[in-house]
Amino acid sequence: MIETIGISVLWVFLYGYIIIGSIDFGAGFYSFYAKAANKKHTIRAVIDRYLSPVWEVTNVFLVFFMVGLIGFFPDSAFYYGTSLLVPGSVALVLIAIRGSFYAFANYGARESNLYLFLYGITGLFIPASLSTVLTISEGGFIVTEEGKVRLLLGELFVNPYSWIVVLLAVVSVLFISATFLAYYASRAEDKEAFEVMRNFSLVWSGPTILMSFLVFLTLSTHNPDHFQAMLAESWIFALSLLAFVAAVWFLYKRKHLGAAFCFVCLQFAFAFFGYGYTHLPYILYPYITIYENVTSPEMGITLIIAFIAGLFLLVPSLYLLLRLFLFNAEYVRGS
Amino acid sequence: MNDPIVVSRLLTFVTLGFHIIMATIGVGLPIYISIAEYVGIKKKDRNYIVMAQRWTRGYTILVAVGVVTGTIIGFQLSLLWPTFMQQAGHVISLPLFMETFAFFFEAIFLGIYLYTWNRFRNPYHHWLLSIPIVLGSSASAFFITTVNAFMNTPQGFDRENGAVANVQPLVAMFNPATPSKLSHVLTTAYLTGALILAAIAAYHLMRGKTAVYYKKGLHLAMKGALVFAIATVVNGDISGKFLAVYQPEKLAAAEWHFETEERAKLLIGGILDPDEQEVKFGIEIPFALSILAFNRPSAEVIGLNEFPEELWPPLYIHYFFNLMVFIGMFLAAVSFIYFICYYVRRLQPLNPWLLRMVVAGAPLAILSIESGWIMTEVGRQPWIIRGMLTVSDAATTAEHVWEMLLLFSGLYMALAILLPLILIRLFSKKNAEAELENQGVIL
Repeated sequence: MIETIGISVLWVFLYGYIIIGSIDFGAGFYSFYAKAANKKHTIRAVIDRYLSPVWEVTNVFLVFFMVGLIGFFPDSAFYYGTSLLVPGSVALVLIAIRGSFYAFANYGARESNLYLFLYGITGLFIPASLSTVLTISEGGFIVTEEGKVRLLLGELFVNPYSWIVVLLAVVSVLFISATFLAYYASRAEDKEAFEVMRNFSLVWSGPTILMSFLVFLTLSTHNPDHFQAMLAESWIFALSLLAFVAAVWFLYKRKHLGAAFCFVCLQFAFAFFGYGYTHLPYILYPYITIYENVTSPEMGITLIIAFIAGLFLLVPSLYLLLRLFLFNAEYVRGS
Repeated sequence: MNDPIVVSRLLTFVTLGFHIIMATIGVGLPIYISIAEYVGIKKKDRNYIVMAQRWTRGYTILVAVGVVTGTIIGFQLSLLWPTFMQQAGHVISLPLFMETFAFFFEAIFLGIYLYTWNRFRNPYHHWLLSIPIVLGSSASAFFITTVNAFMNTPQGFDRENGAVANVQPLVAMFNPATPSKLSHVLTTAYLTGALILAAIAAYHLMRGKTAVYYKKGLHLAMKGALVFAIATVVNGDISGKFLAVYQPEKLAAAEWHFETEERAKLLIGGILDPDEQEVKFGIEIPFALSILAFNRPSAEVIGLNEFPEELWPPLYIHYFFNLMVFIGMFLAAVSFIYFICYYVRRLQPLNPWLLRMVVAGAPLAILSIESGWIMTEVGRQPWIIRGMLTVSDAATTAEHVWEMLLLFSGLYMALAILLPLILIRLFSKKNAEAELENQGVIL
């Protein structure tokens, strides 16, 4: 029971990170693009108004997932901790560059092209590097020798599945972010920004779905067990595809943009939870499962109680944040 | 340099040494921002409002870097000390988990606070938003400090066949080290925050700025400095008493106290001959160590020779201990002198010598924080969790730790250079006088 609740909570937070992080990462990239293409006053104003108050919140989702994983499944700290030293450190440095340079550019004295460039480009490299953790979780890249855990970094670099996942991560970021910003621009009644973001959204929709299919295809050889489990639950991935079609249709027709963004969220929710559900019971093939490596019931129950108490604090606060900035028409329009 | 344990320790030292500055300021500043805004609204004095706004701007940038370094140390604990996190995960993951909530809470309200200065009709509503920032940042410090306390005095579990059993998460969290550590961490953070703000105001006054804004800022910050300097002296004493009972080897190493004896003397400075266990050139204060440890001049203080030598902490922590205490005393003295000068008519609280000491107080306070952490962390050696897991058993077995040390050192170096530059540029481009005039304050 504890392991099911634990992994569900963690997966919800990781999903939250994927959506909110994607909006943030993609926005950084589009912001840099707008600057480079001299479209400063259209897209950038929209992006800045959204990003400024919420950027710090993004990181917390990731930290939360990591801390929760160690809390509920302490053994994962040993395996992932040892094996991820190099890729994890690289991702951390990228996150560090991104976070600090955003603050420097936004609250600092002057706008610097270098800061914006670093901010934009790390937005693509961070999801790329983080996505390799999901690849590693599929097994085949971690070996244990004499009780020591070792990551086969070379294998990871030449593996086709690993690269397809990286590409999927990058195009998903661009797609999710563009759809959200198109919706936000339409709420801000900024026609020009809306058209630009709608185009981006449509442009990246194709690669997103293509890469999703390729991930399926390559997983069938990389981890046949997981692939078979996914086939058994194929209805959930069909729902994901339906949601995708609906989102693209609304975007194409330029109407119900809020619904379009919701459908994108649903598309990723179905795919992500379908992926996660069929990944079980493994957290790391074949070393860690949710049943064998779960924490003690005492700690598990305490963590769940703490989590519920935390939600009572967080949900109203998040609601306040969204009401003041995201759902406040005057703020969104900049008046 | 190829010993992964040494390199892992170095990398953790670099990350924490950098993070602790941001974290301390992050915990120390919000309380003064909140007070300044409240005073400003209550007295209808725009000086204090501008003060709160300017402090918030600096705070936001420091918090942004603190978020970054905090995320790094959060992950590095698993990357560099996987066995430690595996064991700690079983027993002490509750406060780690809750710290994320506390930070989340703080981040949300900081985002709202920053962008809503003029969005409420009732100014007290905006002030109310500062409370969750104060609570959230201090709660973060609370939760993380309980984890560090656990590493010093672990409890709340049994060991059965090498595995952890009968875990009691709250007992682990509220371990004997928690009260003294927590009060010391919080009061020193508030003290450091006060001194940084006081030093900025004092610096401007020294440079001949005359606006009442700076005098008001200095005075508000010095009040905080006095309160928390006294509190720091008090709980510093409590920390000494805690060590004497629960971690006598740490206190003994910090004091070069080898033989268990009554009427123990306190040693300041000196050079140790480790073979003879003799000290040259040190200043000795009779009975003082016994008083520090047990409040009685005749009390018996346990010496290092009671412990096997392989469990001794490195003896150089003596100097860090001295430095921390010395700076703490200096800061308390400076705030006392300021208030004596302020309330005794003929004396001048703004005389250049006093201002200089206040300015020096800010970097000294940070140095003292660093010394304190070095003393307590190195003083726990060879343990990472005292009596349970050694540092060398906890370190990663992965390759390339050395390269990671270079990578992160480069990052911190870049941040350490850029951060002050950006802060100086930010505040000099828009100086306080111009901002006050903008808000209709007649200078």
